[in-house]
Amino acid sequence: MAYLQQIIFFVILSAAGYILWKRVTLIRSNILLGKDLDRTDNRSERLKSMLLVAFGQRKMFKNITPAILHLFVYVGFIVINLEVLEFIIDGLAGTHRIFAPYLGSFYNVLMNIFEFLAASVLIACIVFLFRRNVFKVKRFTQPEMTSWPLLDANLILITEILLMLAILSMNATDQVLQTRGINGYIFTGQLVFSSLLVPLFDGLPAGWLVFIERFAWWFHIIGILGFAVYITYSKHLHIFMAFPNTWYSDLAPMGKMESMDSVTNEVKIMLGLTTDEGSAQAPEEIGRFGVKDINDLTWKNLMDAYTCTECGRCTAECPANQTGKKLSPRKIMMDVRDRMEEVGNSLAKNGKGLDDGKSLLGDYITKEELNACTSCNACVEACPVLIDPLQIILEMRRYIAMEESGSPAQWNIMFQNIETSFSPWKFAPTDRFNWEKK
Amino acid sequence: MDEAPKLNVPVMAELTAKNESPEILFWVGCAGSYDERYQKVTRAFIKILNKINISYAVLGTEETCTGDPARRAGNEFLFQMQAIANIQVLDRYNIKKIVTACPHCFNTLKNEYPDLGGNYDVIHHSVFLQQLIDEGKIKVKEGGSFKGKKITYHDSCFLGRANDIYEAPRKILEEMDAHLVEMKNFKSRGLCCGAGGAQMFKEAEPGAEEIYDKRTTEALATGASVIASACPFCMTMLSDGIKNKEKESEVEVKDIAEIVAESLNL
Ligand code: SF4
Ligand code: SF4
Repeated sequence: MAYLQQIIFFVILSAAGYILWKRVTLIRSNILLGKDLDRTDNRSERLKSMLLVAFGQRKMFKNITPAILHLFVYVGFIVINLEVLEFIIDGLAGTHRIFAPYLGSFYNVLMNIFEFLAASVLIACIVFLFRRNVFKVKRFTQPEMTSWPLLDANLILITEILLMLAILSMNATDQVLQTRGINGYIFTGQLVFSSLLVPLFDGLPAGWLVFIERFAWWFHIIGILGFAVYITYSKHLHIFMAFPNTWYSDLAPMGKMESMDSVTNEVKIMLGLTTDEGSAQAPEEIGRFGVKDINDLTWKNLMDAYTCTECGRCTAECPANQTGKKLSPRKIMMDVRDRMEEVGNSLAKNGKGLDDGKSLLGDYITKEELNACTSCNACVEACPVLIDPLQIILEMRRYIAMEESGSPAQWNIMFQNIETSFSPWKFAPTDRFNWEKK
Repeated sequence: MDEAPKLNVPVMAELTAKNESPEILFWVGCAGSYDERYQKVTRAFIKILNKINISYAVLGTEETCTGDPARRAGNEFLFQMQAIANIQVLDRYNIKKIVTACPHCFNTLKNEYPDLGGNYDVIHHSVFLQQLIDEGKIKVKEGGSFKGKKITYHDSCFLGRANDIYEAPRKILEEMDAHLVEMKNFKSRGLCCGAGGAQMFKEAEPGAEEIYDKRTTEALATGASVIASACPFCMTMLSDGIKNKEKESEVEVKDIAEIVAESLNL
């Protein structure tokens, strides 16, 4: 009987670990549905970008209020997880606050820091809930924020609030038990924030207190493990993905579009610039031009989709969206993720995968959305985790133009003008230098 | 068409025939060549080039579209046809340095031609002009016609976010003691004029408002009498916005090059 709690803990921990491992494997294989792309260059730049943007939250600070609140939650998340280490050791070894005797008075300092952060996270999450549900900040209420994304966001905030309340109640009851000299409740010194809750528990009998303390402990650790599994289904995955995503981000100037080598080969042949037509290096199997479905995207585009936290900063800055066009860069990212998960889940069950008769273009993203983009890069600039919705938009336009000849009629005229008069407008090439005489 | 005196513009082919190789090529761009309004900017810039006695040339009728609008509209074939043909011309003349008054040409020449083998030192005219001022080659202060005038500067997406050029055009305006006022959204948060990504060449998708109207509203809210821009498309869009709001008599859209030329009494 003595080991029962430890055994239960071990089983829960292993189960969570197993599920997480399965989820991570699935996410990884989904990302690898994308095309190859080399992002191994320039490690020092990449490190810098990750440190500044992910660790340093640099891009968040364009808007100070949410930035500060988010900073509390973020630092809280990282630091409080150090406490989880103690939880896990205690859970497995059947001990209570195993670090306390070793750290002495520093343990008290540490716990007070944790409590300060727990209280900050608590307050920040409450404010966030208000911003979403009461003040209805515009970027949280746009059309793509359907019931699931809204619920997802609220669930995360509520869970974080409950987890923080659990920590504080646990520490409060623990302190009452300490002052009563109950065996096993090692002295931690005064814990400032949970002390505020002590009056709530002071009058309760020891048995109750132990029950509440234990309940809060189990609630917190199971909550954290459950949360870890949950976020793999959620937009909250950015807490992990922000790091690799900023590391692997595009280091070129935002204005640069990727060149298509498959097109270069054909153009050079057409212009008579290559003599050895396909003999020496037969062009590797040419897939489609541009992007129709998720396997035409690169793994980085797909990683972007898993990293997107649906915050809507991109959409809030998008000139097309601001003027009532259908385009929303956030929706582009959400669509990519939804489609990727649809395909990935189907493949995991040996289903049809990509051959289910659907595709990203058409079933998720419409031409009207794509045609509204001004390639202004406002979305790219706005994203706090360096996601690039524009690249996806432009790649899909490539598919529409080159595989479907489905561009808007006025663009087709522009193409014709360039082909015949070497200018997007229909002017005689011989008149090009007339400005000199005007 | 207004009759202006013919400018003396050196053309690459002619210089090459004389065995001369100019220091810098002025890439005019399609808007700078054909758009009536932007031709004025081209001419203003030429006047500045002529004044500073720099050895330069244009390609004249040998210049063709960089391919930017085709590429942004998805037609990579057409883009590369244009790019590769242009690179052949540029390399034939052994061009090393290019200045252009179009941020779209600038972005394409600078960032996208290298992938296709075209490597040049490309500079946008706003940066070029600012360098001239820094180096003391032109002195805008003496002109004084913009002194104390309320001017707002509209960031072109392809200069600003795309290439991180925010300061050069502003410095020029400050240099002439203009009263620079910023719009609600500026620099990295500047609102697009609505023309990029090949939107210039088609109607906007259905929506509640035109992007250029929105931007014009922001510009007018500053109370500035001049909206400075550094891009032909921005100029067209903002001019349309001003027209829609019937403010042509009060507010002008001017290119940085025109402002500099004017202050030099050119
Ligand atoms: S690049 Fe396109 S999607 Fe992104 S903000 Fe600009 S118009 Fe919107
Ligand atoms: S792409 Fe970036 S800015 Fe847009 S919703 Fe996702 S995380 Fe936010």
